[in-house]
Amino acid sequence: MSASTNVDQAARGHEEVDKSKRRFLIGATTVVGAVGTVALLVPFVSSMAPSERAKAAGAPVEADIGKLEFGQQMSIEYRGKPVWVVRRTEEMLNILKETEEGLKDPRSDVLSQQPQYAKNVHRSIKPEYLIVVGICTHLGCSPTYRPELAPADLGAEWKGGWYCPCHGSRFDMSGRVTSSSPAGTNLVIPAYSYLSDSRILIGVDQENA
Amino acid sequence: MKNLMAWIDARFPLTKMWEDHLSKYYAPKNFNFWYYFGSLALLVLVLQIVTGVFLTMHYKPDAGMAFASVEYIMRDVNWGWLIRYMHATGASAFFIVVYLHMFRGLIYGSYKNPRELIWIFGMMIYLALMAEAFMGYLLPWGQMSYWGAQVIVNLFGAIPGFGPELAVWIRGDFVVSDATLNRFFAFHVVAVPLVLIGLIVAHILALHEVGSNNPDGVDIKKDKDENGIPVDGIPFHPYYSVKDIVGVVVFLMFFFAVIFFAPEMGGYFLEHANFIPADPLKTPEHIAPVWYFTPFYTVLRAVPNPFGGVIAMGAAVVILFFLPWIDRNPIRSWRYRGFLHKYNILFFVVAFIWLGFLGVQAVTPLFAELGLRFTEVYFLFFIVMWFYNKPRSAVFSFTVFATLIALLLFIDSIRFSALSTEGKDYITTAFLIPAVYLFLTILGPVFASGLTEEKPVPARVTH
Repeated sequence: MSASTNVDQAARGHEEVDKSKRRFLIGATTVVGAVGTVALLVPFVSSMAPSERAKAAGAPVEADIGKLEFGQQMSIEYRGKPVWVVRRTEEMLNILKETEEGLKDPRSDVLSQQPQYAKNVHRSIKPEYLIVVGICTHLGCSPTYRPELAPADLGAEWKGGWYCPCHGSRFDMSGRVTSSSPAGTNLVIPAYSYLSDSRILIGVDQENA
Repeated sequence: MKNLMAWIDARFPLTKMWEDHLSKYYAPKNFNFWYYFGSLALLVLVLQIVTGVFLTMHYKPDAGMAFASVEYIMRDVNWGWLIRYMHATGASAFFIVVYLHMFRGLIYGSYKNPRELIWIFGMMIYLALMAEAFMGYLLPWGQMSYWGAQVIVNLFGAIPGFGPELAVWIRGDFVVSDATLNRFFAFHVVAVPLVLIGLIVAHILALHEVGSNNPDGVDIKKDKDENGIPVDGIPFHPYYSVKDIVGVVVFLMFFFAVIFFAPEMGGYFLEHANFIPADPLKTPEHIAPVWYFTPFYTVLRAVPNPFGGVIAMGAAVVILFFLPWIDRNPIRSWRYRGFLHKYNILFFVVAFIWLGFLGVQAVTPLFAELGLRFTEVYFLFFIVMWFYNKPRSAVFSFTVFATLIALLLFIDSIRFSALSTEGKDYITTAFLIPAVYLFLTILGPVFASGLTEEKPVPARVTH
């Protein structure tokens, strides 16, 4: 065997200690123990992920939007989040067409923020009705609806839209974010479809749009 | 009695522990006012644990019942109002005491060799305390609880790549919900307190290993009498145990004055919006974290990019861990450091308080600009701290000054185009805040060398 073992044997004066075997056994037990400990983490870590019940709770929601007046906003709960429906006036839509400057993503090029059928200036299927998830894309507060023009607290440049009370993000009447906002992307447009002229289904894509 | 003690000591080191940590733990004899806050922090911890245990006897960690169960504690449980207000006020008191305790460390250089690990354990306690306070704040399930948790959990969601999945995993749901409340309860009452206690034990063991620092920053272990006892040391018990009792009495007077006369502290200890049950569909008009988080919250808001903001906020906390290696000036106490070192620390305190004030205000272009400027000062403080490690030449001073000014101008140039018209009006005036600060601290010594002149440290403590 190796020289060190011989020295060891000579020094101790009794039976030979196989050090390399001992090292191997210590190493092997350590590795198996470590693997086992890491494997034990799996059930604990994974128990904190959404449960099957939480995952099943995302059913589509139907809503009647027929009674909405021009300029009015209604709020519908979908997957625990507010979804807003706003009926925009002709004036509001004209302002949207005129503004491209001062927005981070004026043409809705970030594909994750809306379905294909809402990638347009009004970010909706029907220009009049905006259906949008009312959660700020910054840190998840629900912005306040401020449709008026140039109110004192929001300044002369305000053309109507949503203001987030948490960190001051600003969105226009299409839910597009302004350049000076802490939020990085436009508000999310959920999948939705029209069941009739006045009824929408949130959570199901519009077919052949 | 003696026999009983002997019987125990043969089986458990009771007398040894008493002597090592109390009756024969020699602390410097010149402790002053600032040395109350360590023992007060321990007192508040005990109060929080005791009141917390009694609150869990009546509280229901269920999204449908939590808010009502807190009101039940306030109205129907015998003395429930007192226990709950002690716990809520205790949270703010904990941070007041801990901030003062950290300030003490800062001015007397208590984080320096050989006490780096004490500082690191202390910072870990501070982090655990922030987690504990944040998760506890969700439990009453009011509007501020809900939206505060929503914002903080979403901070993790801002991490590119796996961020959104991480946020879902933390919440246990796609939104803050019953699952989130339930796990925050588990962390708040079991997991984090255990970690906290472990860290506090490590903090104190490390302190008692190397011995306490003092307002003079003098090493008392260098001067020992024939029995090996430091000449300038006095046993912790009875000298400092009795002194600390005075601190406890005064502290409790203020503590209970708040509980009895202003338990909400004008909306700073308990925010008004938290008396409305959580509504996932509506954010309150004005939301702000509880006061002890607001300085970091302003740092978060100062950066107009979600991930950038999270990085800046994280850096503002993490940089404190490195303080022992940033400030390597051999003199510990500010008593013997230059005038500008004191000025630098006080300006840092002012910047920290300003950041805290801005964090409870709504974002206007002026406040956004000020928030960014004081964030810059917050980080520049550490560079100035490093700059004072040794005397610097005029050339070196000008180079550092020019580099930092160029860095500030570069930051302004990239954010200029995104500013609103009103924001652009403030940018030049507000630039003076970090610029004047740097001019005084970095270039000041070039024109008046007395400003950084250090005094000789005495061999023994002064009084």
